[in-house]
Amino acid sequence: MSRIDTETARRVAKLARIAVPDDDLPALAGELSGILDFMEQLGEVDVTGVAPMTSVTPMRLKRREDVVTEGEMAGRILSNAPDAREGFFAVPKVVE
Amino acid sequence: MLDLTYDAPAPKVIPGATGDWELVIGMEVHAQVRSNAKLFSGASTEFGAEPNSHVSFMDAAMPGMLPVINEFCVEQAVRTGLGLRAEINLKSAFDRKNYFYPDLPKGYQTSQLYHPLVGEGEVLVDMGPGLARRVRIERIHVEEDAGKSIHDMDPAMSFVDLNRTGVALMEIVSRPDIRGPEEAAAYIAKLRQIMRYLGTCEGNMQSGNLRADVNVSVCRPGDYERYQDSQDFAHLGTRCEIKNMNSMRFIQQAIEYEARRQIGILEDGGKVTQETRLYNPDKGETRSMRGKEEAHDYRYFPCPDLLPLEIEQGWVDAIRDSLPELPDAKKARFVTDYGVTEYDAGVLTAEVENAAFFEAVAEGRDGKQAANWVINELFGRLNKEGLGIGESPVSAAQLGGVLDLIAEDAISGKIAKELFEILWEEGGDPAEIVEARGMKQVTDTAAIEAAVDEIIAANPAQVEKAKENPKLVGWFVGQVMKATGGKANPKAVNQIVAQKLGQ
Repeated sequence: MSRIDTETARRVAKLARIAVPDDDLPALAGELSGILDFMEQLGEVDVTGVAPMTSVTPMRLKRREDVVTEGEMAGRILSNAPDAREGFFAVPKVVE
Repeated sequence: MLDLTYDAPAPKVIPGATGDWELVIGMEVHAQVRSNAKLFSGASTEFGAEPNSHVSFMDAAMPGMLPVINEFCVEQAVRTGLGLRAEINLKSAFDRKNYFYPDLPKGYQTSQLYHPLVGEGEVLVDMGPGLARRVRIERIHVEEDAGKSIHDMDPAMSFVDLNRTGVALMEIVSRPDIRGPEEAAAYIAKLRQIMRYLGTCEGNMQSGNLRADVNVSVCRPGDYERYQDSQDFAHLGTRCEIKNMNSMRFIQQAIEYEARRQIGILEDGGKVTQETRLYNPDKGETRSMRGKEEAHDYRYFPCPDLLPLEIEQGWVDAIRDSLPELPDAKKARFVTDYGVTEYDAGVLTAEVENAAFFEAVAEGRDGKQAANWVINELFGRLNKEGLGIGESPVSAAQLGGVLDLIAEDAISGKIAKELFEILWEEGGDPAEIVEARGMKQVTDTAAIEAAVDEIIAANPAQVEKAKENPKLVGWFVGQVMKATGGKANPKAVNQIVAQKLGQ
């Protein structure tokens, strides 16, 4: 049984940059715990010697050649940005 | 393969108030892969372009975009691994390293935590003739670079350029085998040299395509040997990581400062806290990045957008077969084949283009003499003028022509330098210039005798003195050389002067 407490829920929300009001944290913690408990049922299966399945059909990772095929469209790249100046995305100051 | 044998250099020792301390250093070097396109998109990797011009929808993390791996970047990482005599893992996989920063639009970096492409290898770090440190490589993984944030263009805003976002990086992780600041710089220099030979990384530290995180700890003499015997880190001190260094000089300064800081804490009875620190080159000190620690919960998990990377042994073998001669082998061969000193061989092989130039000059000629001319005259002059070997006004064929004229006794060493000067300034064929400008050495004994007679006749007082003081022979030789414009064969002049003065 895994238990996500309120503090862990707060931390997870912060790492994911999701603003969760304090009042909502206990309910969120309960839901997250429920999800984990559900997933933990998988732990009952003995997978000793079974390779992890990474694909439903046996496929090889698709490759591309080392050729420049995209880019040169700064205008389009920046068109959805809330703020852009002199070709840059402009974001609230991040201090090192 | 020819191999020179090396002794391990002594570790750096810092004397403290309570006895001696030693340094233990491990490094994570981020090397940008030399490729045309990025690791997972078809955007260009070219440096210095207009902001956000080399950005695809994938790099900008537009919804629905999926990564497709650039096979050449994988090949380059494999080639680097082989150059560091490392194991290549035929099966590796990509993981997501999650963190938020404006220059990482996806919110995660695609990297390889659990199954890196390249496993254990080693680098021989030259520390002087006969001395080298063997540094073990723990792993090399392939990952993507982040973009660039500029903080000083506006008081309230940071500006973000995603041109670098998604460029392939190789993170080369060493074992803690580096034992001093100079070794750390030499280690990076050696990695850079090997990768430049391989053509896998430009290695330009100014433009940031080689950056290092440096892990530093201190211990007492004997502790490191105990660690080596047991591979138990408990024998070593607590380490601090200095992040994102891109200058050899600053790396050395930062290590020196950090070691002394840790020694100070320990000698005052304190404990070193494991943490990430930043070096401030203006103040010459490192400072803690504490407070950001919470952000370093990366929640790695296998990247669901990418199947495991499976490569074939035959492909790896073909890359291995195409490897060029690497610096250690080339250096050893220069010592053996050309009879140059290990030091000179090191200078000549520092850059692959320099080594090729030297070989073109030395081919079929006196190797030692070729080395002297290439290092002292050519490299000396290039350095003075701030030119690279590719910009040399004197070609290997021209310099070889000069050496041939010396070997034939057609010109003296002194005239050869004048000839070099002419070639540098005006170009041309060395043999033709010597012929056309009458620079040929006079070996005709009668002509030299006449010149000697003239000097003797004109300086009777000196002749008297020379009878008392045999050292004055040199003065006569000098006068004759001057009178013949330096073209007389000095050996012949010496003989004739001594003979005429009756000595």
